Amino acid sequence: MSLFYFVAFVAIFFALMTIFTKNPVHSVLYLVVTFFTLTVHYILLNAQFLAVVNFIVYMGAIMVLFLFVLMLLNLNEDTEPMKSNLVKVMGVIAGMCLFATLLGALRVIEPSNEIVTGNTDIGLVKHLGNVLFNEFLLPFEISAILLLIAMIGAVLLAKKEVKEIKKA
Amino acid sequence: MENIVTQIQGVPLNHYIIFCSIIFAIGVTGVLIRRNVIIIMMSIELMLNAVNLLLAAFSAYRGDPTGQVFVFFIMALAAAEVAVGLAIIIMVYRNTKSVDIESLSKLRW
Amino acid sequence: MSELIWLIPLIPFIGFVINGLMGNRVPKALTAIVGCGVVLASFVLSLFVYFEIAAAREAGASGEIYVHLFDWFTVGKLHVALSFLADPLSAVMLLIITGVGFLIHLYSCSYMASDAGFGKFFAYLNLFIFFMTILVLGSNYLVMFIGWEGVGLCSYLLIGFWFKNASYASAAKKAFVMNRIGDLGFLIAMFFILETFGSLEYGTVFAAAASMPVGSSMLLIITLLLFVAATGKSAQIPLFTWLPDAMAGPTPVSALIHAATMVTAGIYMVVRSNILFTLSPVTMEIMAVVGLATALLAAFIAITQTDIKKVLAYSTVSQLGYMFLGLGVGAFTGAFFHVLTHAFFKALLFLGAGSVIHAMHDEQDMRQMGGLRKALPITFITMFIGTIAISGIPPFAGFFSKDEILAHAFQHQPVLWAIGFLTALCTAFYMFRLLYLTFFGKFRGTEEQKKHLHESPWQMTVPLVVLAVLSVIGGFINIPEALGGHHSLAAFLAPIFEAGSAHAETLSLSHSTEYLLMGVSAGGALIMAFVAYNRYVRKETLPTADTQASKGLHKLSFRKLYVDEFYDALVVQPLNRLSVGFYKYVDRSGIDGFVNGVGNFFIGAGKGVRQWQSGHVGFYIMMMVISVIAILLYAVFSI
Repeated sequence: MSLFYFVAFVAIFFALMTIFTKNPVHSVLYLVVTFFTLTVHYILLNAQFLAVVNFIVYMGAIMVLFLFVLMLLNLNEDTEPMKSNLVKVMGVIAGMCLFATLLGALRVIEPSNEIVTGNTDIGLVKHLGNVLFNEFLLPFEISAILLLIAMIGAVLLAKKEVKEIKKA
Repeated sequence: MENIVTQIQGVPLNHYIIFCSIIFAIGVTGVLIRRNVIIIMMSIELMLNAVNLLLAAFSAYRGDPTGQVFVFFIMALAAAEVAVGLAIIIMVYRNTKSVDIESLSKLRW
Repeated sequence: MSELIWLIPLIPFIGFVINGLMGNRVPKALTAIVGCGVVLASFVLSLFVYFEIAAAREAGASGEIYVHLFDWFTVGKLHVALSFLADPLSAVMLLIITGVGFLIHLYSCSYMASDAGFGKFFAYLNLFIFFMTILVLGSNYLVMFIGWEGVGLCSYLLIGFWFKNASYASAAKKAFVMNRIGDLGFLIAMFFILETFGSLEYGTVFAAAASMPVGSSMLLIITLLLFVAATGKSAQIPLFTWLPDAMAGPTPVSALIHAATMVTAGIYMVVRSNILFTLSPVTMEIMAVVGLATALLAAFIAITQTDIKKVLAYSTVSQLGYMFLGLGVGAFTGAFFHVLTHAFFKALLFLGAGSVIHAMHDEQDMRQMGGLRKALPITFITMFIGTIAISGIPPFAGFFSKDEILAHAFQHQPVLWAIGFLTALCTAFYMFRLLYLTFFGKFRGTEEQKKHLHESPWQMTVPLVVLAVLSVIGGFINIPEALGGHHSLAAFLAPIFEAGSAHAETLSLSHSTEYLLMGVSAGGALIMAFVAYNRYVRKETLPTADTQASKGLHKLSFRKLYVDEFYDALVVQPLNRLSVGFYKYVDRSGIDGFVNGVGNFFIGAGKGVRQWQSGHVGFYIMMMVISVIAILLYAVFSI
């Protein structure tokens, strides 16, 4: 139980570090740590499959992609554009307001402070696989197509344009 | 296994909601205070993950696997989004030699 | 044969389609053959129908041929069938339309030969024959109304045939608008008929009407509305001013549509509905007075006109007024007889005038003519016959028909007869004036015109001769008993008037009175002919030029009694001013101001608001977050 609060604290800390660090490379590294703490949260929820996927996809694929792009573009602390302090303060205030509003909403709704009622084993690969390949087979296939299209789109976008030979 | 069940049962659902709200608000703040497009995208990933975790928490508490399946789909979508988004950023950088969101001020009348 | 009467309208329609589609792409000869041929075919069919009906009448039957083509539509209690009815009345009308129509088609072949719109002209003429035959053949008011509207359309198209001339085009519009006023009366009359009798079929309506009391107010309304329709189509006061302007059309059109056939549609309609009118004496009185007033007024105007076609146009209006006088005093047969004879001699006069105009190279002013009798002998002789006929000098056609009307008028009210007689004197005067100015005296045109004077080709003279013969003998089909005749036409038409005969006046004058009336009118006409001869041939008086000031009655007549100016001041100008007022104050400042104001408001608002669209994505995101917060707050507090 205390493990949850500890991991939550770590996650919040590194999330804050992510957005406030000036150096973008450091930001990415802090984000990786944040995602790792989230993976721990998944394990605590006994959602083993998600934990693994989160680990592989987010920490592995996505974050590496970010890092890769950062390095490709050769961004570092010196070139990092920063907003004025006023805008920063305003942004923080807006974020706090949003949080306050969400908390307020939670208080107004007053959900029953639930504890686990159902089967805690649902997060296992076996169970999820059953659901995924029965009930959600079609969305699963469609998401495969989505990934394919995203891949094609990414390649097309990032490809260097061949300059057209202008005809006289 | 017993250990894990007690772990979960020890934490009220409300705390998950508050925790995820904090992460989400941090993501929003990140979007607002940074100018680097890549950092902004990372903040968006942060928000997505906050929502993912909340979905998984609800799923576990309700004993309904659908929520976790949704998280899986969101991850697939996030992967696609990042791939395309980063490609766009590269294109922008190639054209403006900058990843500053302020340089993209053409979205006007 | 009798089942095929629908072919009579259909054949000219086919001609219209062929000529209309071919236009000027085929040789003119082919167009002329098609255009004349279809009308000739209709004429032959009409002859067959006539003989069949005549045979039936000989045998004592009513001679009606009823052909039901199909049910047109059924709405509620309204059943309308597209059906045709040929009876003695429509048979005679068919003969006039297709017979005179054919002669005029033949005439047009030559008259219009050099016109660019040759094919178009024949297409319109054929279309007119189609609609006119529909009008007389229809077995209910709605089918008649189709023809009624259709001939109005053709009249408009043909008056405005040379539409590049702005004044001709506006004459066409004038005719159309005036006719529409009358048509509205017809339409409303149909609604009343439907409401009262529950049907538009002649048979049903007339059978039901026969049992209604004399002077019923519903019948009064219906007949008054029908009379309004007739005043529009047949150019009576107050809607007569379009007919003189209609002379803008080619001369054959004036002869066919605006003298012989279309303008008599109103009389045909009244004769057809005679039972309704005989049961409504008030309408009859109004009709007699309006007809007589029109006859006198038009004759008065005609005396001073210098345009040869204008004289004939006012003469037509005057003669139509005569016919309405006849209808008003109950002389239905007499009025219809006059339709018949008038069709002959007025078509003849118009075609003769056309021949003169043709020879004079489109000169219509009689002051530029004179002495044409040597150059145009056939035209002169035929027009002379026509003039005698219209003046009412025995034994030519006009004498008999006009006299029958006058005799009825005398019996009804001698004052009516007196005014009618005065009109007849005017008629004789202006017609002989026209004849003398055109054909006698010295030639007053240019040398250029004199060189080219020529008699018209056979296509134009043959119709003249045929019509002249008909003008001579046309009167003999209805010789009154007083002159030893049998009233053949009246006997032939008897079934049409059978239902209303109980209420109609019959001529009960003694033969000696009739002889006296005939003698007076014939003598008067001869005297007027002599007066005109004295003034225009012996003294060689010329009508004054337009620029020269004229005085008193003469000026009043020359200026056409200022009727057009009166209408202009009474109707056109107020409407114009009202429209301008609406345009300036309601449309420009009211509606436009409002619409533009709304537009300006949003343009201004847009200018202000678009400052927010700075293009900075960061700003947009900030706004989005604030909005999300606001929405959440709203959702939270509205729970």
